[in-house]
Amino acid sequence: MLDNPSYIIDTFFAIFAMVLIIFMVPGFAMLEAGLVRTKNVTSVLTVNVMIYAVASLSFMLIGYEYAFGSWDHQEGISKYAFFMFQMAFVGKVVNIMSGGVSERSRILPLALFTIAVGAFIYPTIVNITWGANFLAGTQFDISGMADLAGSTVIHSTGGWALLAAILIMGSRKGRYKKSGAVQVIPASNIPLVTLGAFLLWIGWFGFNGGSVGAISSKENADAVALTIMNTNTAGLAGAIVGWLLTYFTYRKFDITMILNGALGGLVAVTAGPDQYDIYTPILIGAIGGALVVFFVPLFDKLKMDDPVGALSVHLVNGIWGTLAVGIFVDDVSILTQLKGIAVVGAIVFPISFVIIYIINKLFTLRAGDEEQQEGIDYTECGMEAYPEFKRSI
Amino acid sequence: MKKIEAIIKPFKLEDVKEALVEAGIEGMTISEVKGYGRQQGHSELYRGAEYVIEFIPKVKIEIVVSSQEFADVAINAIKEAAMTGKIGDGKIFVSDIESVVRIRTGEEDQEAL
Repeated sequence: MLDNPSYIIDTFFAIFAMVLIIFMVPGFAMLEAGLVRTKNVTSVLTVNVMIYAVASLSFMLIGYEYAFGSWDHQEGISKYAFFMFQMAFVGKVVNIMSGGVSERSRILPLALFTIAVGAFIYPTIVNITWGANFLAGTQFDISGMADLAGSTVIHSTGGWALLAAILIMGSRKGRYKKSGAVQVIPASNIPLVTLGAFLLWIGWFGFNGGSVGAISSKENADAVALTIMNTNTAGLAGAIVGWLLTYFTYRKFDITMILNGALGGLVAVTAGPDQYDIYTPILIGAIGGALVVFFVPLFDKLKMDDPVGALSVHLVNGIWGTLAVGIFVDDVSILTQLKGIAVVGAIVFPISFVIIYIINKLFTLRAGDEEQQEGIDYTECGMEAYPEFKRSI
Repeated sequence: MKKIEAIIKPFKLEDVKEALVEAGIEGMTISEVKGYGRQQGHSELYRGAEYVIEFIPKVKIEIVVSSQEFADVAINAIKEAAMTGKIGDGKIFVSDIESVVRIRTGEEDQEAL
């Protein structure tokens, strides 16, 4: 017989969940590589690799202890496994921000912001929600907010940082004409977009399922299975609504919106997948998908240029997902959820804004107009992603 | 010696090539080009925003023949094979060629064709 069977099984489960979450690294990478133009693909992929490495290491060296107080704050599983599981989330927060400012950011300044997120901004939010909680006992204590896997802690955090970035950096050159019309910049590789979105979907099973924390009892096993099932259901609903809504609105199927709708549904269920019955996620995911279809063109009308739809998928649905727990679960109060959303927004948005503003001023985060026209691959990487294909005119 | 440039719809390439081969034309060069004439572009949709594709992909075929007779043969072959009857079928241009060289052997003009 095993000695310490729960410890071993739960440690194994944490590592397995972590591996699933890491599928989101190529997930984000492929999604973004497909949605940008060929002249920016190499730099976008470089950024994705950089983010995983820099954010994770910043978290390991500085952020983790700040978030949780110490490396020995729990005894249920191996402390290394607990760390790995938490670390898997960090890069995702930065990915949300970097995706939305693709095609106009420079790599090294972005790395500086990555360090800021991994070492400071994100651990602050983890601290006051899942971690050591330096706001305990104060009126700003939001540790009571129900957010199992991070609709607020991960997705909204990344979303608020992205909002700050878009406001500071503006749109891609040529994206909005003087008349206000949108200059379409189509995706360069739809197969990669699709691959990326589905890798993210698979990663979500670890993201949400693993957040239950343990699997080694009958109760926990049921909770994990229910969580993963509800997660999946919300994605299905988001995809279907994205599919039908774009068809009714435009009489055409837009696969990028269908996939964004699915991702929106997945974000929206992320705050409470362990607490819903098996049907509620259909509604939550459906609304999530609808929000995406509604907000993507709206942000364009507001001249907030987001090549990957991250504001709609992560910020809007992060907020909706957090509220949804308050709406659909009796024990959870909407006011508690609202307070959590507000406190996190009030911390992340201003701090990100200030840091990005300073980084942009000192190190030029925003690539200049000429750099954007040449393509970031040429100016920052000296390397084309598709060297044998003729550049389209 | 005459040069014949034909702009045709891309999916007609195979048909035109076979017609030329059957007519006795032994070589050709093709390039992928874009253009428009009376066939205006069409509009597409991306994430809720509409955009117009003005330049339509076409294929340009270039052949050089030794005499006006061969030129007429080629032109007829291309015309028949490339035609669909709809706008955008393309055009054929004929011009004079001053000299021709076969690189491998150095043969010139008529011997090189």
